[in-house]
Amino acid sequence: MPVNETFATYSDWLYRSALGVYLFAILLYAVEQAFSRAPGKKELVGAGAPNVLVDEPKQAPTRSERFGRMGAALTVLGAVLHLGSLVMRGVSAGRAPWGNMYEYMSLLCLAAVVTWIALMVKFPIRRLGVFVLPPILVLLFLGGTVLYAESAPVQPALRSYWLVIHVSVISISSGVLLLPGVTSILYLLKDRNAERFPKLPSADVLDRMSYRTTVLAFPLFTAGIICGAIWAEAAWGRFWGWDPKETVAFVTWVIYAAYLHARATAGWRGRNAAWINVAGFAVNVFNLFFINLVTSGLHSYAGL
Amino acid sequence: MIAFLRNTWRGLTSMRTALTLLFLLALAAMPGALLPQLSLNAAKVDEYVAEHGWWGELLLKLGFFEVYATPWFAAIYLLLFTSLVGCLLPRTWEYFKQMRARPVLVPRNLSRMPHHAQAELDVTPDEAVERARKVLRGWRTDTGDGTVSAERGYLRETGNLVFHFALLGLLVSFALGKMYSYEGQVIVQAGGGQFCNGGIFNYDSFRPGLRVDGTELTPFCVEIGEFSADYLDNGQPVGYRAAIRYQSGEDIATNTWRPYDLQVNHPLRTGGDRVYLLGHGYTPTFTVTFPNGEKRTQGIQWLPSDQLTLASEGATKFDPPGITDSETRRKNQIAVTGLLAPTPLLHGTILSSKFPALNDPMVAVDVYRGDLGVDDGRGQSIFSIDKKMVDQGRLQKVARQNLALGEEITLDDGTRVRFDSVNDWVSLQVSHDPTQGYVLAFAVLIILGLGVSLSVKRRRVWVRATPRDDGRTLVEVGGLARTDQAGYGEEFTRLARAVLNEERS
Repeated sequence: MPVNETFATYSDWLYRSALGVYLFAILLYAVEQAFSRAPGKKELVGAGAPNVLVDEPKQAPTRSERFGRMGAALTVLGAVLHLGSLVMRGVSAGRAPWGNMYEYMSLLCLAAVVTWIALMVKFPIRRLGVFVLPPILVLLFLGGTVLYAESAPVQPALRSYWLVIHVSVISISSGVLLLPGVTSILYLLKDRNAERFPKLPSADVLDRMSYRTTVLAFPLFTAGIICGAIWAEAAWGRFWGWDPKETVAFVTWVIYAAYLHARATAGWRGRNAAWINVAGFAVNVFNLFFINLVTSGLHSYAGL
Repeated sequence: MIAFLRNTWRGLTSMRTALTLLFLLALAAMPGALLPQLSLNAAKVDEYVAEHGWWGELLLKLGFFEVYATPWFAAIYLLLFTSLVGCLLPRTWEYFKQMRARPVLVPRNLSRMPHHAQAELDVTPDEAVERARKVLRGWRTDTGDGTVSAERGYLRETGNLVFHFALLGLLVSFALGKMYSYEGQVIVQAGGGQFCNGGIFNYDSFRPGLRVDGTELTPFCVEIGEFSADYLDNGQPVGYRAAIRYQSGEDIATNTWRPYDLQVNHPLRTGGDRVYLLGHGYTPTFTVTFPNGEKRTQGIQWLPSDQLTLASEGATKFDPPGITDSETRRKNQIAVTGLLAPTPLLHGTILSSKFPALNDPMVAVDVYRGDLGVDDGRGQSIFSIDKKMVDQGRLQKVARQNLALGEEITLDDGTRVRFDSVNDWVSLQVSHDPTQGYVLAFAVLIILGLGVSLSVKRRRVWVRATPRDDGRTLVEVGGLARTDQAGYGEEFTRLARAVLNEERS
């Protein structure tokens, strides 16, 4: 099975361009964050606010807002380039473009960026891009340098349509789960001292964002684990075997389940729930790096 | 006493306890990913314990190398399990009560609700109520005197209960599976080798569930035909396949064989068991011609020592024929050991392999003669000779040479050892798990339940129509989402506009 070198090269170019564009977007978000004034009460309208039958009057954007909008536009452009890079990878290798760590990381980050774009549409929180995008950019950078792997076919055990389903679902849901981690950290900051962080959205909005994103990703993550179990039954002879990756996926699942329960329990709502979400974020990243790179297990071939 | 039990039960089934137990479960599962586990790699565990001294010993005693079989792990999930049951029972009861209950009465002050709208309309209160009922079609409604209470999203609780009960079902099926499942590995020669699932002794290694004693294995036989592997130019395998024939169930009585193309990711499923193609390697065949002219031909699997090039090491052992005196026989046993290179690469006389496929394979062999030590009752590896016999001088190296196919060595006593051919072997895994179908069914229910319970919102709408002195009617609409508020605003706005006929207050 030959690899198309031309497409592989285009894919690498697009990947680098996407990184550059994201970097610019972060700078623009930073300008907006730095030069805008702390929002008044009006901008804090969340879904829990009194029922809105009257639309708010539109105001002309200030100069710092213009920067923010450019940042958002660049984020979208970056996502398009990023998507193009993945597609080219797939074309060049003639398979789903998530067959090794580099590609997996790329898909995961794309999912995170797309979720961020969706959140920007839904909530008035564009300036948070300056906090949300950098971790993603770091992951992309590590993916493109430390974990980089040439476009190539995969080994026999990965030749299955479950590669398409299981790996994409797991990687997309893990990517989406990065965001509530960041917003939960911001929530904890805002909740500790609202005056010190006047430019952050209200704790309520941050909490809502975390919850909505988690609720979206959690069933997806569950489905991903179950798809993995079905594949493992066909490839390794058992649907569950406490392989390190399986174990940490289980731990991640339990933590996010705890988050959902905590958020519905008096006395655990708010700070405790946010901490749990941050713990989930930590285990998620740990799973991404440590389990694949340090321990050896059946999932190790997803490595370098 | 009863009070104590009741308090314990209440404490155990409270959400706080459940959350703590969830954390403990996550925490307790972690060592299984960080430390080597006996069930996955026993050799690594020994190594770890040896390296870490008393600390390793302590971890071993506390069961950290078999986390998922320890009492403390079991204690956590059993408590969680009990807590879950204790939480689910009253909720189920509550659920059925609610399914029959009417929507709650209209609150006195609707403007206090999180969602609220009102308007004065030119209709009678009855007409207003009628319109509201029409708008709220599909909701569970209850009409009072000039009021409508409506509630929707009961599926949320349904999904929630389905999810939790499915979780219980999954755990029970999983536990039962551990009791009645078995798993065994065996190496079979390609090109006609057979394996029959008749008993544990047919396996190279076998792992039974707690309730499996090996007497009632599913009867079936497989015969391995031709094996083939494809490789990339760099030696990376692309695919393995073995053409096999099998018989199970009634086919055994009629001796009917059915063909199957066994591949990685495509196990053979027959009679409730699954047969997997795990890996492959090579079997060199040697013929030893003894001084008296008698020949013995042997082919036994060698073990790949390099997974990329499939350079393999092993020991093919021969007994001299026609010697009845065991003492003499033991002094003249022969072992051919060494390295097999599927695609040879020679540095002078040093042989190595450069590719995993067979291209004029060569072997670099050491031939030993003497007492192999196979008769002393101890088991020994089929892949190597007993080094102790060599150290004691009872087994001597009598030749060392590289052989291509068909070449032979002549030993000092006239014995000749010829390298005849190389065949493939495959390693198979047989797995039996009677409950995995149930596990899958419950897993699907888990996803469905989870999806429903996290996407459906339980929400209420109330309408009150109050007649005014001027003949008009004041219609108020109030709304409350009982769980997650987010996203209810838009739906409420739409409903309120329809009820109030677009006239804004």
